[in-house]
This record gives sequence, C-alpha cells and structure tokens, in this order.
Amino acid sequence: MKIILNGQEKNFATPMTLARLLQEMGLGERRIAIEVNREIIPRSQHGAFELKDNDRVEVVFAIGGGSRQMAVAPGRR
Amino acid sequence: MAVTAETIRSASVDPLIIAGKAYASRLLVGTGKYKDMNETRRAVEASGAQIVTVAIRRTNIGQNPNEANLLDALPQSQYTYLPNTAGCYNAEDAVRTCRLARELLDGHDLVKLEVLGSEKTLYPDIPQTLKAAEILIKDGFKVMVYTNDDPVVAKRFADMGCVAVMPLAAPIGSGLGIRNPYNIRFIVEEATVPILVDAGVGTASDAAVAMELGCDGVLMNTAIAAARNPVLMAQAMRKAVEAGREAYLAGRMPRKLYGSPSSPLGGTIF
Repeated sequence: MKIILNGQEKNFATPMTLARLLQEMGLGERRIAIEVNREIIPRSQHGAFELKDNDRVEVVFAIGGGSRQMAVAPGRR
Repeated sequence: MAVTAETIRSASVDPLIIAGKAYASRLLVGTGKYKDMNETRRAVEASGAQIVTVAIRRTNIGQNPNEANLLDALPQSQYTYLPNTAGCYNAEDAVRTCRLARELLDGHDLVKLEVLGSEKTLYPDIPQTLKAAEILIKDGFKVMVYTNDDPVVAKRFADMGCVAVMPLAAPIGSGLGIRNPYNIRFIVEEATVPILVDAGVGTASDAAVAMELGCDGVLMNTAIAAARNPVLMAQAMRKAVEAGREAYLAGRMPRKLYGSPSSPLGGTIF
C-alpha cells in the first residue's frame, strides 16, 4: 500500500489504520493534527480510520512563528 | 473614553478586549526566529505578552520526538495561542491551515489570518484575505486579520466580523517603524474592533508611537527576536507599549511653534 505522507511516498506491506501509521512513523506521542486527502481526521477517529492506497496524509504540528516563515503551507511544496 | 489616566495605574482596569476576552498586556509576540526554545520562552516572559503567535507546519518524519516542543515551553494554560497562516499565498491554504490549527489545539478558534501577495515586500493579498476571512468567519473562527494600512479595507474587515484588524506599519520583518502614521490614525478613528499594528516595528519607540496613535495593541516578532539581546528588547517593548498607551490616554499637550516658559516669570531677581 502506498501512502503520500507529508509529500513523501511511503510503501507498506499491509493495510493499516491512521493510528498505526503514526506509530510506525514515531509520531504516536506528539501533539499533531492530520488531514487525509484534504479532510481533517479528528484525533478521536485515528484509531478507526483505515487508510487506502494512494491516500495523501498531512501531519502538522505547532512551531515557533510570527510572520515570514519560509516554509510552505501544508500541501504545497 | 471611560478610562482616565488616573485610573489606569493598574493594567487590569484598562484591558485589551479581543473576542470578549480581556488581556492585561497590549503586546502580542511571535515565537519565531529565536536561537532556541529557551530563548523563546525567556523573551516571551520578559515581554509580558499573554497572546503568542504560533505557526502550523508539517512534522519532519523521523525527527527526535523528545526535541523541545513549543507547546511545552509556552503552555497553553498560561498563554493564549494565536495560530497564524504565515506563508500562505492564497485563501484556500489559509483556511486549511486554520482548520488544522483548530484540530491541533482542541477546538481553539482564535486565529491570525495572513495571506501574502508578494514574496519581496510580504504585502498582503487583500482579495484573497477577504475571501479567506469570509469562509473562516462563517466556519466559526474568530479572525484577527493582517492587512495593509488602507482605512477602507480595514473598515471592511471589521464590518464583516473580524475580531481585530491588524494593519502593517511597514513590511514584515523590515523594522522600518510606522511609515504612515496618518493612515494608522484614520484606521483607529474609524475602528469598531481593536486595531493592532502588526509588522514593521523595529525598536521600542516605534511601539510607543503606535500606541500613542491610539492603537489597541502591537504585534511583533522580529524586532525582539533579531535584537542583539532579545530578552532585554522584549522588556523594552513591554515598557514602550505601556508608556505609549498611558501617553495616549493622558492626552499629549498641543504642539507650539515657539517656546513657552514653565517657570513663573514673576519674582525674578533681575
């Protein structure tokens, strides 16, 4: 199964839930927010949410920032 | 004005009210561009700010999960977060960023909307900002909007339901100070929501000037973070915003062309 995670292609042998993906990526403990195919998936649904082939997953968190951050908005690169 | 200079000794009688919530500090600070998380925290503490902007970004997959975290350094129990849409160049990205911020911060709905239109000047794209503001307000967000110093545009944002309008004083990160005090003055005179100068402040006197013009607050980041001693500058900014506010409330003396002695002329020995 192929997942586009924060713009990078990742391949997995078996289907998985969103919560499982986060665990695999070492993001299980972090305070984050998730979009799958531009839809926000609330934290309470991560465990039940089954990912599909070619899903585009965006994982974001809060960093220090005022204005003029050079990084792009989620989804653009 | 209900508040007089005599009653303003304690900040608690002259709060900044944004979206129904009172804040003792009229200085809002960004949390970017600091050397490290410790410096960020010390500068924010010295500034006395209660509202801090944060950016929403992709996580680096595989980064150390124990790395110092902004949400730990500046706990949400002590600060009001103002997630911003910095780096967005269209309404759609800005709206997505705000919705992600709301999910990330457990339903938090106060946001700073900023849609840029030029990479060189970092001036806002007003049509895109208007479009994003409309969607966000309809979606229940409380929008503090970054805009240019056009009084007509500022009024439009206030009329559509933004909870604060934040005109630039000069380009973001330029430190050029209040380039068009007359426009800021126009905006303040027409204001129906808090007006905060956002962007362009370079040093403490700039912040004081913004407050003396009657602005309700000042938002800054680079002026503190890029100072040689950010913590000391943060403290200077706190004092400047307080001094400027008190001077505004006190009402300055009229300007005169010629001198006017302040000691009595009677009883001199010559």
